[in-house]
Amino acid sequence: MKQPLIQIRDLHKRFGIQEVLRGASLSIYKGEITTIIGKSGGGKSVLLKSIVGLIHQEAGSILFDGKPLDAMSKAERRALKKKCSYMFQGTALFDSMTVRENIALPLSERTRLSKHAITERVQEKIEQLDLAGFEHKYPSQLSGGMKKRVALARSLVTTPEIVLFDEPTTGLDPIRKNAVHSMISDYQKRFGFTGVVVSHEIPDVFYISQRVAMLNNGRIIFEGSPRDIQETSDPLVKQFVRGFESRHDELTGMLPRTQGEQRFNEEMARLHRHQIGFSLLLLTIENIDEINQTVGHEMVQTAIRNFASQVRRNLYINDTCARHSMNQFMLVLPDTTMDQVRQLCKKLARNIDGNQILNRPFPAGFCLSISAGIAEARKDIPMKEVLARAESRQNTFYEFRVC
Amino acid sequence: MFLLMEMGRLALFFLQSIILIASFPFQFRKTLEQVHFIGARSISVVCLTGAFTGMVLGLQGYYTLVKFGSTGFLGAAVSLTLIRELGPVLTAIMVTGLAGSAMAAEIGIMRISEQIDALETMDINPIRFLVSPKLAAALFSFPLLTALFDVVGIFGGYLTGSVMLGISPGIYFSRIESATSMVDINGGFIKSAVFAMVVITISCYQGYYTHIRAEGFGAKGVSLSTTSAVVIAFVLILVTDYVLTSFLL
Repeated sequence: MKQPLIQIRDLHKRFGIQEVLRGASLSIYKGEITTIIGKSGGGKSVLLKSIVGLIHQEAGSILFDGKPLDAMSKAERRALKKKCSYMFQGTALFDSMTVRENIALPLSERTRLSKHAITERVQEKIEQLDLAGFEHKYPSQLSGGMKKRVALARSLVTTPEIVLFDEPTTGLDPIRKNAVHSMISDYQKRFGFTGVVVSHEIPDVFYISQRVAMLNNGRIIFEGSPRDIQETSDPLVKQFVRGFESRHDELTGMLPRTQGEQRFNEEMARLHRHQIGFSLLLLTIENIDEINQTVGHEMVQTAIRNFASQVRRNLYINDTCARHSMNQFMLVLPDTTMDQVRQLCKKLARNIDGNQILNRPFPAGFCLSISAGIAEARKDIPMKEVLARAESRQNTFYEFRVC
Repeated sequence: MFLLMEMGRLALFFLQSIILIASFPFQFRKTLEQVHFIGARSISVVCLTGAFTGMVLGLQGYYTLVKFGSTGFLGAAVSLTLIRELGPVLTAIMVTGLAGSAMAAEIGIMRISEQIDALETMDINPIRFLVSPKLAAALFSFPLLTALFDVVGIFGGYLTGSVMLGISPGIYFSRIESATSMVDINGGFIKSAVFAMVVITISCYQGYYTHIRAEGFGAKGVSLSTTSAVVIAFVLILVTDYVLTSFLL
């Protein structure tokens, strides 16, 4: 059985008469992103700050690799702190330091790297997070999105093993919000850190998480995968998740994943009752990691938004499209045969206009590589199987590039 | 009980700040920046107040001494008053107003905007990072500023006593030389060093613990911390001055 990297056991914390944590228990696994959701003011940030030692619990324990934090020596705690990084909700950038100084601070104060090495690492982060040209500005001269990126750069510059994100996307527009999610996911894949994210961005944050926990009344009432939480029968969790989930995905204007799957089930019921068949088309942006690194996360999110809009424009009124993951769109096409889906794919490849993807000329080397996987729904095949068929390389009917 | 806890916390805060000055790697650059902030930026105000304090001492001293026919002692009166008392005290008060209040506000804002928490999560000791360079710089700057205040004040006294009221400059300065001993000068420097510790510790402490103030949070908390820093520093300067004087005399 997999051992958790961080184990929170029966944590209690009170501020005056207000009891914020009432026995919260949670397991965080190595190399995974765990998202904590819950009502505002419900103690999510307190839980996160307890992990990093900013807030001390009244009862309960926090274990790192099986060892309680309270039982650690000073040296062990320092070594642990060196492995951790924290991105604050309000960014907590040093307002009397420039962007470059802010990013360099953990390196210049905590490591014995040479000035040259620090400059190189800071410059690398500045370029990766699209901050070039702003390195000599002060935080008060930056927009909210840019401050978040600086905070993200500062939290990742030390290549930490554990990163705690406290509402990293609050107050950002859909493109920047998705860009930050994409950055977290991208860096997690590249550096393999263990992430804990406190967020309200449902379902967007599910696309980047391997585990989700819900905090309610000071206790963790749910732990599981994003799929588990979306399929849970617990009325409280269900009501909370559905309440936050908007009718449309903010970035793409498509349905969120759960509603797309609901639509699939409705079509399946029609198939059972009236023998009206339907097909599924799964569009995948194949080279998202590569283009994230080439042109930056924000530009990629703009491209995804415009691409989704052009896909929607080419569909019939009773077709449904939903955002399936960070880079996948699921199209449920009622009363459509496989041949008709193939025709649609060709039409999409022909009609999607590269000039409208970025609203400006493409930078060199920028193309969206799209693959279109198709599958026909049948009465005896469950949704997961149909989706798997559409995802398999054998059923990838069409591949095209938008440049 | 609350007062006892507060005093204990203040003592620990001070001890940490002063011990961490010597921790490796030394923060030369930050200390130099603070020497500029506390020392260099205060020079003009210290000169101005020093000059007028010396001038008023010369004026008052002259009209007091003239009653006893001993105006020749004006130089000694002015210099001893400045070197032993007014120099260290007024310099500390000026720097409290100039730099102490700014420190309390700066650290207070850093506290409420979670910048101090950010330092802790980065495993950077906030007291070492924020307070120790200020304390080191103050221990260096306060005696120098006090010396400057004394010298300018003595010339202020010369201006009123000799230039305006006609006491012989030779008598004025020779009395200074004969009346002032190294004990007086050292006493003044000891006082200024103690005041440096008082002013910086109180100002930084008030800012650092802005978040636990019961009377106000956020911007109001910072404003209260700044006011408290200045008021408490002023009072403690005068209290420690009395205590030190009673030991030094």
